[in-house]
Amino acid sequence: MSVELADVVVAQPATIEEAVALAADAGARYVAGGTDLIVNMRRGVTTAARLVDISGIAALKTIVVEANGAVIGGGVEIARLVGHDGIARLFPVIAQAAVTIAAPAHRNVATVGGNLCLDTRCIYYNQSEWWRRSNGWCLKNRGDTCHVAPRGERCHAAFSGDLAPALLALDAEVEIAGSAGRRRMPLRDLYVEDGKAHLTLAPGELLVCVRVTRKMDAFAYEKIRQRGAIDYPLAGVAVGLTMRERRIADLRIGLTGLASYPFLAAGLENLVGREVDDDLLKEIDRAVQRQAQPMRTTLAAAHYRRLAAAAVARRLVARLAA
Amino acid sequence: MHGSARPRKRLLRVEINGRWREDAVLDGALLVDYLRETVRLTSVKTGCDGGECGACTVLLDGVAVSACLTLAVRCEGRSVETVEGLLKQGRPSRLQQAFHERLGAQCGFCTPGMIMASEALLRRNPHPSDDEIRAALAGNLCRCTGYVKIIESVKAASEASS
Repeated sequence: MSVELADVVVAQPATIEEAVALAADAGARYVAGGTDLIVNMRRGVTTAARLVDISGIAALKTIVVEANGAVIGGGVEIARLVGHDGIARLFPVIAQAAVTIAAPAHRNVATVGGNLCLDTRCIYYNQSEWWRRSNGWCLKNRGDTCHVAPRGERCHAAFSGDLAPALLALDAEVEIAGSAGRRRMPLRDLYVEDGKAHLTLAPGELLVCVRVTRKMDAFAYEKIRQRGAIDYPLAGVAVGLTMRERRIADLRIGLTGLASYPFLAAGLENLVGREVDDDLLKEIDRAVQRQAQPMRTTLAAAHYRRLAAAAVARRLVARLAA
Repeated sequence: MHGSARPRKRLLRVEINGRWREDAVLDGALLVDYLRETVRLTSVKTGCDGGECGACTVLLDGVAVSACLTLAVRCEGRSVETVEGLLKQGRPSRLQQAFHERLGAQCGFCTPGMIMASEALLRRNPHPSDDEIRAALAGNLCRCTGYVKIIESVKAASEASS
């Protein structure tokens, strides 16, 4: 057994309140599917004295579909999202993004909360202890230098969840449970651009559910990756679009894999009222290229990821407008 | 580690390939290590160090999971199946037979995981298309076959069950 897991204590609460109480101690971490956390613990980049296993909490596992919206529990497995009739009907973009996550055996256990709170990734971080030690560690773990940007002051590891861009484009809201009770906030406020601390959750806080309301007409998600399965996104783009009389009434572009946090492209409100023609697609391409500034956190070149994100955004807008 | 956080073993009750058993396991024990080292089911392979290869795929309550990403204590009161459990009276199942006849196995290292991922697919979808087979096996890596013979094997097993 790996050293990092040998001493860990696993708690298996049945309710959210019990889980939050158990996670209040320093050194406690939540685990659900474990498809990211267990790997990171085995590699020594994440440590925990206590794992609070939330996979048995029924209250986290519900999907409630309403007339024009849905509430998705943080403990809902990705595979359930892929096959859910109500989600497929109201929010096919969520299922589209979900089915691109990892591979079937991961999706069977990995959860919505886990994907939204996924640790950031980098070629200098997601490596064995031996590899990282040989390289003098890194800013995100034990070291003081970011090998991606040695003269910079922050960690540039990339956020690589696939659900976040789709849910950002849907204007989703998340509910958080902590020792001080529950709070709700827009999903975008869950993130800040810092690869070492990209979540705004306080220690011990738990993502309970995501609320989405259908405000736009058409959505799509597309992911660029090295292989057709398993891989995290080199670039992931979600587009939400509403057209009125052949003109843009609302346009959002959610991006992942390109920065330390998932984000919505800014300034698109200036495109409202425009027709979707070649000039507009070029403007979208330029806007995405300007805002997506990936660093060299993957084996693929950063400029490729920037160009790919822009190309996918352009393509999805053209397809949804057609 | 201090105070109440001392590592401890607990009694795990789990049904493995149709037989219930109880074993003392550490909280942090992974299912792959428990199956290989305690239960001695060595078909469950450790291929990579991070849930990327699918060689440790087993069925947990009939659903394909990576044993290297699963805490053993999470299997309490549940059913775990490995390729050893597919034998019926010592004879290979239709799916195992198809892998044998269609040369779906070469070096054999990925084969138990391939077969368990295929078994999960065929139970919920007895007659999958080639694309459905590819999607179901997308998380299982093979460095020998190029996958063509594996897909043919699953296809042959599904046709034999019609």
